[in-house]
Amino acid sequence: MPKVVDNKQIGPMVWKMLVNVPRLVSKAKAGQFVILRINEHGERVPMSIAGLDKEKGLLTIIYQVVGKTSALMTTVQAGENISDCVGPLGIPSHVEKWGTACVVGGGIGIAPIYPIAQAYKDAGNKVITIIGARSKDLLLYEEEHKAVADELFICTDDGSYGHHGFVTDPLKKLLDDGVPIGMIMTVGPVPMMKFLSSMTRKYNVPTWVSLNPLMIDGTGMCGGCRVQVGDETKFACVDGPDFDGHLVDFDLLTSRLGAYREQEHKAMKHFLGDPGCRLAESVKKFKYPEEQAGTK
Amino acid sequence: MSDAKKKKKKPEGPNKLKIKERMKLPRQDMPAQNPSDRVKNFNEVPYGLNDEQAFQEALRCLECPNQPCVDGCPVEVDIPGFIRLILEKDVAGAARKIKETNSLPAICGRVCPQEEQCEIVCVIGKKGKPVAIGYLERYVADYEREHKLVQLPKIAPPTGRKVAIVGSGPAGLTVAGDLIKLGHAVTIFEALHKPGGVLVYGIPEFRLPKSIVQAECDFMADMGVEFQNSTVIGKMDTIDELFEMGYDAIFIGTGAGLPRFMGIEGENLIGIYSANEYLTRSNLMRAFDPDEYDTPIIRGKNVAVLGGGNTAMDSVRTGLRLGAENAHIVYRRSEIEMPARIEEVHHAKEEGVQFHLLTNPIKFIGDDQNRVKAMECLKMELGEPDDSGRRRPVPIKGSNYIIKTDLVVVAIGNASNPLIPQTTPGLDCNKWGNIIVNDETMQTSRKGVYAGGDIVTGGATVILAAGAGKKAARAMHKYLMEEVKR
Repeated sequence: MPKVVDNKQIGPMVWKMLVNVPRLVSKAKAGQFVILRINEHGERVPMSIAGLDKEKGLLTIIYQVVGKTSALMTTVQAGENISDCVGPLGIPSHVEKWGTACVVGGGIGIAPIYPIAQAYKDAGNKVITIIGARSKDLLLYEEEHKAVADELFICTDDGSYGHHGFVTDPLKKLLDDGVPIGMIMTVGPVPMMKFLSSMTRKYNVPTWVSLNPLMIDGTGMCGGCRVQVGDETKFACVDGPDFDGHLVDFDLLTSRLGAYREQEHKAMKHFLGDPGCRLAESVKKFKYPEEQAGTK
Repeated sequence: MSDAKKKKKKPEGPNKLKIKERMKLPRQDMPAQNPSDRVKNFNEVPYGLNDEQAFQEALRCLECPNQPCVDGCPVEVDIPGFIRLILEKDVAGAARKIKETNSLPAICGRVCPQEEQCEIVCVIGKKGKPVAIGYLERYVADYEREHKLVQLPKIAPPTGRKVAIVGSGPAGLTVAGDLIKLGHAVTIFEALHKPGGVLVYGIPEFRLPKSIVQAECDFMADMGVEFQNSTVIGKMDTIDELFEMGYDAIFIGTGAGLPRFMGIEGENLIGIYSANEYLTRSNLMRAFDPDEYDTPIIRGKNVAVLGGGNTAMDSVRTGLRLGAENAHIVYRRSEIEMPARIEEVHHAKEEGVQFHLLTNPIKFIGDDQNRVKAMECLKMELGEPDDSGRRRPVPIKGSNYIIKTDLVVVAIGNASNPLIPQTTPGLDCNKWGNIIVNDETMQTSRKGVYAGGDIVTGGATVILAAGAGKKAARAMHKYLMEEVKR
C-alpha cells in the first residue's frame, strides 16, 4: 500500500499530499494522472499529477475539499498508507518546440499545469505562464512557476493580488499584440477552460485543455469519463486527458461532473456530522457554494 | 479416461442402478430464492444442491463409455470421474478431480453455459433431461471449500523460469494455476485494486458471490502466485519492459475492456451507462450498499438495458435490485437470437423484467439538466441472415415510439482495449483490435508472448477464456522448458 509522507493544508480548503510511489513516479510524465483510493470502502478518484520528485520517488497531489472523499483525504496522516494509487494513466501532454508556448492555470489547476510548463521549457520553448485564482490566499505554486516561466502573469478575481480580472485578460492582450504563441495549454475550472477556448478560437491558436471527468478504472474499461469532442465521443482516460479545447462540449462536461451531486452532498453532510470523522476544524467549516450564498 | 473407455456391460462402480433405472430418476431442481424476495437483495439466487440431492443427481449419470460430456467441456473435465467420486461419498476428492483440469470449479459451476456444452451432449438428455453437471460441479466445489477440505496440489520443484500474466480474469487465473503447479514463478498484474477481472467487476453478487472469487484467488496465492494489483501494464510497464525485468514468458488476458456505444444522438447524457460502468459501480465498488461504500450509482425508476446477452441480463436484474419500478430489456432481434443463457433470461422474466424485442433505440432525449428522460425506438422485423448467420433486423418505417427511462445501460458488447497493442511493437491484431494468436498454442506474433480470453475472441464466456488459458499454459510450459535456458 502506498505511503503518504506528507499531507498538509496550503490554502483555504486546499491541501497538498505527497505519496511515496517510486515506480509510478519513475514512469510518469507531465499531463498524466493517477487514481487514488483512500480506504477499502472508498471511491476511486482521478487526480492530476502536480509534481514528480524522481529522486525521492514522491508524487505531489494538490486537492481541494469538495466532498466526502476529498475531506477524507485530509485525515490521512503523514506516515499512513492509503489503499491504492494507480498510474500513471492517460497520455502525457504533447510536447514539441513551438518557439513560444503559453500555459494557463486556474484555481487548483495552477498545480498540474506546473509540470507541463516545465516539460515545455525543457523542450526549448519560451514559456509564458498565466495563473489565476479567486483571491490571493487561493493562489498556489507562485514560486514554482516563477522558477520556470519566462514571463509570469498573476490574476485574481477580487483583485487582492496581481491583475484584477480573469486569466483570459493577459492572454487576450498577448494575442492582440501579436505574440507568436504556438500552443496554449490550460488546466482549471471548466467555465474557465470553456471561456478561454472560445476566446482563442478567433485567433486560431491551438488551445488544449486537460479534463478531469468522473471515472472508475482509468483504463478504458468503464466509459464513465466520456467526453464529446467535435462529432466524436472520447474516453478521457485513454484518449486524453488533453483535448482540443475548440472542440470540447464543455456544457455537457459540466453536467456530467454533477451527475451525482445530490448523493455527494448527502454523503458529505453525513460525514461532517460524524463525530468520529477526525476532520480538522478548518475542514469542518466546509460549505457548498449555494449554502454560502444562503440560497439553501 | 482410459479405464472408462473400456466397454462394460454391467456397471462396476459405485452406481449399482441399471441403466433403465437411472433413466427413470428425475433431474434434481436447484432450490432458489423466490423472485419477489430476491429482487430486494443481492444474495445469490440459487442455493445449491444439498448432499442428498447431489447424490440422487449423481446416480443419473449413465457413465457412457465414449464420454460425450468430456468432449463438450472446453477444459475437458473428467465429468463421469468426478460424479463417481460423489457416489463414493468422496466429495472433496470429486472437487480435486475437477481441479486436475479446471482451476475454477466453484466459478464455472455457477456461470458456465453447461446447457450448450457438457449437458447438451449428455446421453440421458436425449430422452429426458441431462444430468445437472453444472449443479454437481458447484456442489463439490462448495462442499470442499465450506468443509475446509481444500488441499494445495503438488507443486513441481522450481524450474527457475518466471512468467508474467497480465489480467487476473478467468484466462489469467487459469494460466497462473497451471503454470505454478509446474514449478514456474508466476506474477499476475491486475489493473484494478482487486483480482478476478470480470468475475469481480462484471458478474453480480447474486450470480457469483465475490467471496468465492476471493477464495479462488487466495488459493492461487497459497500455491505461490504473486498478485500485483493496481498495476496497469501498457502504462506502468510495457510488455518489453516485463521481459527486461526478467520474465521469460508473458500471457496477455486483459479482457475486452472498451465498451461499445450505439453512436446515436444523446448518448452522453447523464444516466446512460455502459454495462461495464454500471456493473463495476455495483459489483466491484459495491455502490448497492451506500451506508458502507462511497461510490455513488444512479438508481433509476425506469431502467432500460440495451442488449440481449448475459451482461444485459446482469444489468437489468441489478437495476431491479437497486429499486427500479420498471426494468426493460430492449433488443433489436427476437428472443431466439438472444445470446444470453436461457437460465438468465428465465430468471429475469421471473423477476418481472419487461422484454421489448425487435426494438432498436435511435435517439436519447434529455431534460434541461442533461439527464436522460426517454428514448425513441423503432420496431424491427427480421430479414435475411447476416454474417453471423442470424436474421438481420430491419427497421419498420414509421414504427417510432418512446420508452420513458431515467437510466439506460448499454450492454451491446465491447471492443478491445488498446493499452497493450498500442505499446507492444510487433504484436499483431486484427481489424477489430483483437490480438491474433495461433489457435493451438495461443502464441501471438511475438516470441514468448501468449494471449487468450476476450482480448483474442471478443466478448465470450468465462469457460472459453479458461479453455484458452489452459491451451496457453500448455504451450508456455513447453516454450519455457525447451527454449528458455537457465
